[in-house]
Amino acid sequence: MARKPLEGVRVIDLCVVWAGTFATLLLADLGAEVIKVENPFVWHPMTRGGRARPPKEMLQGLGVAWSIGYPNREPGPRPWNYSPTFVQMFRNKKSFTVDLRRPEGLDILGRLAEKSDVVVENNAAGTLEKLGVTYEWLKNHRQDIIMLSMPAYGLTGPYADARALGVHLESVMGHTLLRGYSDLDPSSTSVIYSADYMAGAQGALAVMMALWQRERTGDGQLIEMAQAENASGMFAQAFMDYALNGNAHGPIGNRSVFGAAPCGVYPCRSSGGAEMAEDRWIALTVTSDGEWTALRRAMGDPEWARSPELNCQSGRAARQDFMDQKLAEWTAQFDDYDLFHRLQAAGVPAAPVLEVSRAFDDPHVQARGLYQPQRLYDGLGPYRFCTPFYRFPETPLDVYQPPVALGEHNDYVYKELLGVSDKEYERLRAAGHVAMDFDPSVP
Amino acid sequence: MPGPLDGVTVLDLTEYIAGPYATKLLAEYGADVVKVERPGGDPARLLPPFKGGDPHPERSGTFFYFNTNKRSLMLDLKHPRGPEVFGRLVDRADVVVESYRPGVLDALGVGWESIHARRPSLPMVSITNFGQTGPYRDYKGSDLVLYAFAGEMYSMGILSREPVKMYGTAALVESGAAAATAIFAAFLVSARQGIGQHVDFSIADSHFGGLDRRHATAIAYEFSGRKTTRAPAGAIGFLGGVYPCADGYVVFTSAAGRMDRVKQMLGSPNWLDNPKWFQAGASVKPDLVEEFHLHFYPWLLERTKRQVWEEAREAKVLCGPLFTVEELFQDPHFRERGFWEDVYHPELGDFELPGRPFTMHGSSSDPRRPAPLLGQHTAEVLQEAGYSCDEVRALAAEGVVEVR
Repeated sequence: MARKPLEGVRVIDLCVVWAGTFATLLLADLGAEVIKVENPFVWHPMTRGGRARPPKEMLQGLGVAWSIGYPNREPGPRPWNYSPTFVQMFRNKKSFTVDLRRPEGLDILGRLAEKSDVVVENNAAGTLEKLGVTYEWLKNHRQDIIMLSMPAYGLTGPYADARALGVHLESVMGHTLLRGYSDLDPSSTSVIYSADYMAGAQGALAVMMALWQRERTGDGQLIEMAQAENASGMFAQAFMDYALNGNAHGPIGNRSVFGAAPCGVYPCRSSGGAEMAEDRWIALTVTSDGEWTALRRAMGDPEWARSPELNCQSGRAARQDFMDQKLAEWTAQFDDYDLFHRLQAAGVPAAPVLEVSRAFDDPHVQARGLYQPQRLYDGLGPYRFCTPFYRFPETPLDVYQPPVALGEHNDYVYKELLGVSDKEYERLRAAGHVAMDFDPSVP
Repeated sequence: MPGPLDGVTVLDLTEYIAGPYATKLLAEYGADVVKVERPGGDPARLLPPFKGGDPHPERSGTFFYFNTNKRSLMLDLKHPRGPEVFGRLVDRADVVVESYRPGVLDALGVGWESIHARRPSLPMVSITNFGQTGPYRDYKGSDLVLYAFAGEMYSMGILSREPVKMYGTAALVESGAAAATAIFAAFLVSARQGIGQHVDFSIADSHFGGLDRRHATAIAYEFSGRKTTRAPAGAIGFLGGVYPCADGYVVFTSAAGRMDRVKQMLGSPNWLDNPKWFQAGASVKPDLVEEFHLHFYPWLLERTKRQVWEEAREAKVLCGPLFTVEELFQDPHFRERGFWEDVYHPELGDFELPGRPFTMHGSSSDPRRPAPLLGQHTAEVLQEAGYSCDEVRALAAEGVVEVR
């Protein structure tokens, strides 16, 4: 019977927010047993939601969907189990609760470390040290442990203590000045957190590589990922142009960093406005003269497109404003999906700028089974959740565990894994370590 | 100390961005990545920026960045003897990675079936726009097109304008990072269990499936029927978003949630003694936003972005300066950490390259090798695969391979 790629590997997940949590999600999808360690007395903002108990009025008013879009717009009995911002990161994981601030809680973590292979953490600088949880401490419990630590700017250097979310370190790395509208002030540039996912994916890779090395040498190790440095690949052309030529890149909107033209987002027929999420757009890139010919044919070869200077890329690059205007007049006559298939059939790379609610109905998304219904622990649902993006035919990877609820595996971790006696378990429960609710003192 | 991937051989048939980034990650940590290039080379060799500006296949900064530490072998898979040579390379590989359109390698007789028949335990990972199955499997993509469709682009930008993407090829690079985990997992299954399998990695799936925020907007809709729109300009209230300062811009996020820290950052001015600033939802009340900004803008404009950030750091306020690439290259923090590495390349000269994405403190890390010249390693790789010098010369004379 084939085993999943990481079957038999146990990972302690001490992560917050997205970056580390995404790393452990990929490890879990690949078959590792990932155990979230959660403290019912401490609320990490942006880990199981903005607030433990968001008021009902907040969820029913106006706001950012992924922050307030709780099931049925109600906080429900345990809002931390279904924060839309984070719940999709909880599939295939286990969760147990313990208060690490108390000696008996720290002892429990030490005992878990003895039985684990990997620890992943991305806390604000100093948080774990304050609790006494360091690589050395973990190593005392498990000689060959692998620890992935993901500080924003690294463990050394003048910014080692700086706190950051993805948007801040991306700004430091140049991204916020490199993207956005070319004709607007940077203050109009939206806040994004893409570096979190780079860190998550590369963190999962780092852990796997360390596991492979350990298999051959018997040694674990500390992996240091400065999330800022880790994101560099996303800005490769800007770094290379500066390093080679001293050139500075600035925002070019949706145009091609390679000078491919036309390249942009053009309006399509819409039934309503952007404020209702009903605006429709098509994205297209012409990457070669052949694709330009294909686009001309798809448009019925209008007069403006026959100009000989548009037959080569440099000519098109020089007349992008003109082409964008003409293209927009043409695309506005079509539905986005109609144009999508028409352009692709002609050989032009194009697709709708898809508003996410439409993804569920897309035939390709459905054919690939990208979303599958799952029920939440508290009985809510079913809702269509993402599935792992790994397609491994001989060792299939699937959803084994719907998004895990706080403390869902307390019995398993304490009793089965750590061999805690019934009496001790009850004592820990009475002391508040074992819980499925955040303490009422938590905001 | 060993390198983590010493002794692992990757046969790399990927081109452009996503696939090469995935295999670059493996090469950076010690894998022997043999890049099989078509005659003329990976088309990314013709992507700017070029050293000096003029197109030249050995002067592309894009190609260089995505192919450091690899070896290059130029092989014409369309030549009648191409598949034979390819087979010999397959014999020495631990994992094969490719990024051609679905069916292209099969048509050349070097696809999954022939690889699997030759080496049943060898895995292959195919990295494509939309995957090996489904109605769009043959559709074309680009960074813009794939991010528009599968990534969370629709909600980026401002309400009154078109959606706007990330920089350059950032979305493809994200997918490349995710693909690297698939490649390595397929390798682990093969090394431990002797199972070879054809892994179908779709760039679109990776964005739909959780990379980069789309998971959150999707489930918010499922849960509540709420759709994620672009925000109206300036909608975030005070202390959220990008602000000007003396010499550029800084970004704050949700800082108003900790007004105690904001107060400390601003030097505890009297105007912040009023409890109204500490009430729930203060940061989005229009009159308070206006009043706050009347005090805040002058404070910002008296300070450089480094000064603002320093004072924010001291008060533990979430903030970051908007650095230009030039400022980043000069920044003392990354200098002190030794992040920039000196490299030399015969066509590009001496320059500085961003360092590896993470540091494995228990592993050796050899100096980085520059991206290969086209066919630079054809002869040595073929000899390692068992061809004699004469046979290599004969293959080159027949036009099966090109030797530099």
